Amino acid sequence: MHDHDHPHHDHSHDDGAALPEIALRVKALESILVEKGYIDPAAIDVIVETYETKVGPRNGARVVAKAWCDPAYLARLRQDATAAIAELGFTGRQGEHMRIVENTQQRHNLVVCTLCSCYPWSVLGLPPVWYKAAPYRAKAVIDPRGVLADFGVALPKETEIRVWDSTAELRYLVLPLRPAGTEGWSEDRLADLVTRDSMIGTGLALQPGAAA
Amino acid sequence: MFREPWEAQAFAMAVALHERGAFTWTEWAAALAVEIKAAQAEGDPDTGETYYRHWLAALEKLVAAKALASDAELQRRRDQWDRAARTTPHGQPIELGNDPSHPGR
Repeated sequence: MHDHDHPHHDHSHDDGAALPEIALRVKALESILVEKGYIDPAAIDVIVETYETKVGPRNGARVVAKAWCDPAYLARLRQDATAAIAELGFTGRQGEHMRIVENTQQRHNLVVCTLCSCYPWSVLGLPPVWYKAAPYRAKAVIDPRGVLADFGVALPKETEIRVWDSTAELRYLVLPLRPAGTEGWSEDRLADLVTRDSMIGTGLALQPGAAA
Repeated sequence: MFREPWEAQAFAMAVALHERGAFTWTEWAAALAVEIKAAQAEGDPDTGETYYRHWLAALEKLVAAKALASDAELQRRRDQWDRAARTTPHGQPIELGNDPSHPGR
């Protein structure tokens, strides 16, 4: 099948307009799958709406903030992250297993998917473009410190950087270090410090006063 | 997140088919990885902008491999939509019945 677009409008022989090639392919696939009963158009709409509006990094931030505040919850996360995350109502749709990787003063964790774009959707939503791009996928493994520099993150020389390669079955959520000066903060307040990038490992949690 | 509606549709179709057990997520990830590699080999800069093109190509192939819809069926239906779009007056929904060679016309 051809993979080029025809974005121009073609008024050559009638009132209508040509659709782009890619849209025709999607319509072809969808209409056949619906006709055969393999997919339900209403379910498709629900999935799109869920990922556009309901699932996103705020989910992961709730998990991180709770882990910072609640040692028993942290223990459950360490033991079975999939189940502990599901406690908060965030469940994966692909049957993937979740694992948390904890940042410490000695070790920083960075998550990548070298093959495609496996990503913990249930807690972070859909991945940003750069996560899916070849430069990040390649460089994260070869030069993680350089990747962090690209994101404006400088860690002490002694800090080890560990790279985790996601798969279809196993996805990682980085547990960033809790910023100093946040003692006694509520989970809600703490969650505002937890950015998407801090849970991928390309960023750090925000400092108090920096939260949007 | 989704830059165009077709990206969201392609995304959701894969999720929905997986949920009804049409394929495992491991099979899906493997199919997607193959498409991405092939595109890279053909000179795609693979900067993430073309990601859903690879996604759709992987879905078409997996759907054919699982005998849900053949390549020929998809091609035929694509042509029907194309004819329907060209003959549907502006402002009206594009429907397959607007294809001049549709059996119902």
